[in-house]
Amino acid sequence: MATDVDIAEAQLSHKRWLTAPALLCITLFGMVPLITVMSYSLMQPSEYGGVVPKFSPDAYISLLFQRDVFDDALTFSPDYLIIFARTVAFGAATTLLCLLIGFPTAYFMATRSPDTRNRWVLLITIPFWSNLLVRTIAIMFIIRDEGLINMIMLSLDLINAPVGIIFTDFAIVLGLIYSFLPFMILPIYAALEKVDFRLAEAGFDLYASRFQVLWRIIIPLAMPGIITGCVLVFIPTFGAYVTPLLLGGGRHMMIGDLIALQFGSSRNWPLGSAFATVLMGFVLLALYIQARKAMGVSHG
Amino acid sequence: MLKSSWFAIAAFALSASSALAEGKLHIYNWGEYTNPKLIEKFEKAYDVKVTLDLYDSNETMMSKVRAGGSGFDIVVPSDYAVAIMIEAGMLEKTEPASMENFKNMDPAIVDIYFDKGRHYSVPWQLGVTSFVVDTAVYRGDINSYSVLFDPPAELKGRINMLDDMTAIMHAAERYLGFPRCTSDKAQLKAVNELLNKAKPDWRTFSYDSLQLLAAKDVDAAMIWNGAAFRARAQRETLVFAYPKEGIEGFMDNVVVLKAAANLENAKLFQNFIMDPKNAALISDFANYNNGILGSEKYLTQDFSDAPEIKRPKGATPEYVAPCPSEVVTMYNKIWTNLRK
Repeated sequence: MATDVDIAEAQLSHKRWLTAPALLCITLFGMVPLITVMSYSLMQPSEYGGVVPKFSPDAYISLLFQRDVFDDALTFSPDYLIIFARTVAFGAATTLLCLLIGFPTAYFMATRSPDTRNRWVLLITIPFWSNLLVRTIAIMFIIRDEGLINMIMLSLDLINAPVGIIFTDFAIVLGLIYSFLPFMILPIYAALEKVDFRLAEAGFDLYASRFQVLWRIIIPLAMPGIITGCVLVFIPTFGAYVTPLLLGGGRHMMIGDLIALQFGSSRNWPLGSAFATVLMGFVLLALYIQARKAMGVSHG
Repeated sequence: MLKSSWFAIAAFALSASSALAEGKLHIYNWGEYTNPKLIEKFEKAYDVKVTLDLYDSNETMMSKVRAGGSGFDIVVPSDYAVAIMIEAGMLEKTEPASMENFKNMDPAIVDIYFDKGRHYSVPWQLGVTSFVVDTAVYRGDINSYSVLFDPPAELKGRINMLDDMTAIMHAAERYLGFPRCTSDKAQLKAVNELLNKAKPDWRTFSYDSLQLLAAKDVDAAMIWNGAAFRARAQRETLVFAYPKEGIEGFMDNVVVLKAAANLENAKLFQNFIMDPKNAALISDFANYNNGILGSEKYLTQDFSDAPEIKRPKGATPEYVAPCPSEVVTMYNKIWTNLRK
């Protein structure tokens, strides 16, 4: 009996070794940079970029308060907050629109016959075959002043002059939706695929309307997929850098541009690190809420 | 079969290693900036194997080589970045002034502020930062920053500004008649107001002026003169402006990093590019001047006489030293406010 336990334990410790490469990678490439960023955020900026290893909370103070350029008083400054809020708003709009487009798509896919479903999944994943930058530039060609959309509308005499689509907030959200839509569709599809649609039939038999079946049966069953999809779309929008830069024309910064600026010509690494740390905190919060919700769903 | 193929691989490996050059040289330069023909010529002349890596901003380059041990021998910082790197002790004093080909360097750029007497640096390419206007769209006088900061109706909403805080701040300071890197609060306030008033008239902030102009997304754009030369090839009616309020110069320089592994080859390279024939190869590729007298003989007339390249009399570029960090902090505040 005792030997059995010993063997089991030995096997377990043996298996622990198998995780060593993964743990090493996470520590080396995940934790070390993370700790570096966090410690940089508490240091003083060096004159020409880099940091001076002296403690200073200035970076965090300047997130909200700035020494006024014009009279030196330490005053509340909403500039960074506005950029942060814009990032959250773009992220939320992208997530919502992805959900509105993604759910019906996933529902359609999940209700096909099993042998054609894989074909649909393949179609959804095709965009991943090419680089995000290439795809974003492709969008530019379609929506620019002399691009496909404007040329077609001009030739059909729908408009007299090109409509400015590119370099607007709309273009940014359009680009974000295009980039992240598959991340919404696939988890919802995975959840819906497992749904036993006889439950919906039972609902109809009990005189539920189509809306009631959708709202009270299908959506609750798809909820884990919906939550995962929302997290997978919402969180990467915070790090979006290429899309706002190319499609937004750089008129309005998102948090990614702001961080890049601090490590570039602003020469303020601690402030850049502080942004990154706060952003990380925000993402962790979002993940925590998601985990709580997901647990609630599985227990409910 | 298997055995013979292994043998072939071994033989190939051997021959490859024997074909390896005596020396090596590791260059870290801006993207789309290095003529492959130049590198090939240098490799042949000195039996040196050159490795080229690329960066897109002085700040990227400096943050990479700051700590040392980057493995690079040569980097190509712009004017102000040379000043920073010398001050930080990052560069090797190679004394280009005592090199054989130094006599070819334009005397006007020998006693330059960032390296007086040229103890560290050799010019790679130099140019000016200004703007172009499509004269088919706007026919008025373009040689003033008012085109950017107080644009005529034809150009409103059709302008690209470089995504470059320093260049825009300096242009605004010139337009308002203030000194560069001003720390005067009233003046900074005026700059702030000017930028905010002009912003609705600007379509984009981007480094990619060339592409935006070519695609007709904008009709005027801040741009470097070499890029303007290339832009005109795609859109004939573009004219490069020499604003009367003053014009910003930039100069990228070949310098050698402290404790470079291939110091002697790096020095050879510095001397090599001061030869007019070789300097001409540099210009032939990215279309900027090179600061080496006599190189124009090896370049086409079209290039050397182009309005973007040959400056009119009186348009002397100003090379601006890096602003003190308290000024950068204020610039940053204005810039963030502008882009929020």
